Amino acid sequence: MNVRMNLAADEPIQLTDSRFTVPGMRCAGCIAKIERGLQKVDGVDAVRVNFSAKRVAVRHDRSLDADALVHAIGKLGFEGQAAETNPLGQDDVESRMLLRSLAVAGFGMMNIMLLSVSVWSGAGGVTRELFHWLSALIALPVVAYAGRPFFSSAAMALRHRRTNMDVPISIGVLLATGLSVYETATGGQHAYFDSAVMLLFFLLAGRALDATMRNKTRAGIGALLSRMGKSARILAEDGSTTTVAAADLQPDMLMLVAAGEALAADGVIEDGRSSIDNSMLTGESTPQSVGHKDLVFAGAINLSNPIRVRVTAASSDTAIAEIARLMDEAGQSRSHYVRIADRASRLYAPAVHTLALMAFLGWMIAGVGLHQSLVIAIAVLIITCPCAMGLAVPAAQVVASGALAKRGLLVKDGSALERLAEVDTALFDKTGTLTMGEPVPQIDRLSSEQKSVALALAQASRHPLSKGLATALEGGGIRSAAVGLLSEAGGEGIKGDWSGIPVALERTATAGEGLSTTLRIGESLVAIPFLDPERPDVAETLSVLQALGVESRIISGDRQAPVGALARALNIKGDSEMRPENKLALLESLKAQGHRPLMVGDGINDGPALAAAHASIAPGSASDVSQQAADAVFLGRTLITVALAVAVARRTMRIVRQNFGFAIGYNVLAVPLALAGLATPLIAAIAMSLSSLVVVGNSLRLARVGNAP
Amino acid sequence: MNVLVFLIPVALFLGGAGLVLFFWAMRDGQFEDLDGAANRILIDDEEDAQLARTEEEESLR
Repeated sequence: MNVRMNLAADEPIQLTDSRFTVPGMRCAGCIAKIERGLQKVDGVDAVRVNFSAKRVAVRHDRSLDADALVHAIGKLGFEGQAAETNPLGQDDVESRMLLRSLAVAGFGMMNIMLLSVSVWSGAGGVTRELFHWLSALIALPVVAYAGRPFFSSAAMALRHRRTNMDVPISIGVLLATGLSVYETATGGQHAYFDSAVMLLFFLLAGRALDATMRNKTRAGIGALLSRMGKSARILAEDGSTTTVAAADLQPDMLMLVAAGEALAADGVIEDGRSSIDNSMLTGESTPQSVGHKDLVFAGAINLSNPIRVRVTAASSDTAIAEIARLMDEAGQSRSHYVRIADRASRLYAPAVHTLALMAFLGWMIAGVGLHQSLVIAIAVLIITCPCAMGLAVPAAQVVASGALAKRGLLVKDGSALERLAEVDTALFDKTGTLTMGEPVPQIDRLSSEQKSVALALAQASRHPLSKGLATALEGGGIRSAAVGLLSEAGGEGIKGDWSGIPVALERTATAGEGLSTTLRIGESLVAIPFLDPERPDVAETLSVLQALGVESRIISGDRQAPVGALARALNIKGDSEMRPENKLALLESLKAQGHRPLMVGDGINDGPALAAAHASIAPGSASDVSQQAADAVFLGRTLITVALAVAVARRTMRIVRQNFGFAIGYNVLAVPLALAGLATPLIAAIAMSLSSLVVVGNSLRLARVGNAP
Repeated sequence: MNVLVFLIPVALFLGGAGLVLFFWAMRDGQFEDLDGAANRILIDDEEDAQLARTEEEESLR
């Protein structure tokens, strides 16, 4: 409907597909704007927005390169990045396989139940045998297909000489199926195909829920290095220029960096003055003015004037690549975290195996024969198979994450919720986390005439402060004045002509505290200060965290004065001028003292800390890298969701423990029946469904969190 | 009991058809963009994208 093809192509042109992540899409209007806007670009054949993944797929002419398309997306008012060509991440493949398996198991379960019910209700003789054969015919392929996730995971665990939840499941399912085939072939009374397939269905439901939850919030791929300039123009000694890919840059080359370009390598400025946006590295959005001999880093964006940069470190030696490496290493330590379900199964699996083996040996000694003993051992395995246990964790976590999503907090996976519940120290970055992160101009004191002139000037400027000013003025319903002869000079400001009067937005002469710009109309000057306001509920959030027993402190890359002032105002500890390594070191020392730190930060400089912390949360305005490194992302202007996340995570774990308690209680009741040889397949099936329903019902109580304050 | 000869294949066929349909839907990408589909219904088909956009933004408020 919204995709229109250019059918008028006379000759076949070479088309190719590109994908871009556009995190800024928020409404239907954005979809329409991007699809229609890109469609108008020459060489674009088809555009399709994937709103859930915040991704745009473009089918276009080969001559059109990714940069041009990113530029086109930028002109539509969205920030876009080229995404990796493979649109299917590893997680996506996994959740698709789980869903397929679930569908197959559901199909098998329903049909086998249909047949089993008639056997239970007394079908005998040839009918029973026919039904058993039919069940076998359905169950064998279903078990082979739907059981794969469990079998492969169990095989993997056994290969490493460990055991996990999947080992008893696999053994139970395989034994039950094998024995049922034997029973069917020998014309026996009972077959257990229904139990085996139902078990698979319930467990797959739990797994699929878990995977869906993970995928929902995980959008955008490999953003860190895509931000870095992909190539640079190199000036050779003879004066000729060549374009060199970022990976092939060498130290001592001379780069020409035009205004608006991202730097592809670290270097020292040889020639030119400009201002650069270093927010990639520092997280501070204020543009930095740089000149001769100043050090600039890859990933920084040159805002105003062309500069010449002598490369000092390229490709994998750059500061940003170093951060990526730190993050990678920091993330590794977290992967050692053992999920609660696996911790439970470490105790559970050996217990169940021993119990089943004892039942088998006991009945053998009692002399009931190999067949009867095996049937009883399998009944024990099936009844204890952690159906309710398999659901206990994911059901509670999915409900909780759904409730949190309603309140503007997106949790990446269940393990994140488990870790969030355990935190006892919260570390906050300042800019962009405790504060809004975007300087807001104080425009109350301006006259409407000044406002409209300022808007006309600000709209024409590329400077981030001007953009903020324009947004604020437009939001106030101001119409821009007719200003002509606009010209922008880097580091100086923008000037123009307003019906004969020279007007300008320029740098404030006195470098006082904080940011400001000066509006000049003729001879009159007026300063427009910019403030980065705190989020409205910082104090409230900290007190709620305190009540939860979580101690808060600030770790910021910002200067001592503002950090100290804020820390004193909030009455917490504050560390300033922390580099990414320092933040990481502080986290490690906290961990070594036995603390479980929660990191809340937004900048790329927080990336390693976010990855290393026991749990981490990033604001929705954070860089993609931070959002990827964090366990959860909160949207909107309020910080209280951070405290809410910890509270809900703890409640979730309470529910999970209740669910476990219930599952174990059920086993305590059912296992003696199975051991005594009294559990028929009918009893096992009913007990299994019932326990699963109770666990799901208990978990649903968490949904109310979404409405409560 | 002869009716079973028809009923069981019919049941299996219907279930199997549902399964095939689900697989097709997944392969076809019907579940790729669930939120997008909900939003797309709000997009007007008018040529004037600018006008359409402002209208939608207002209607979303």
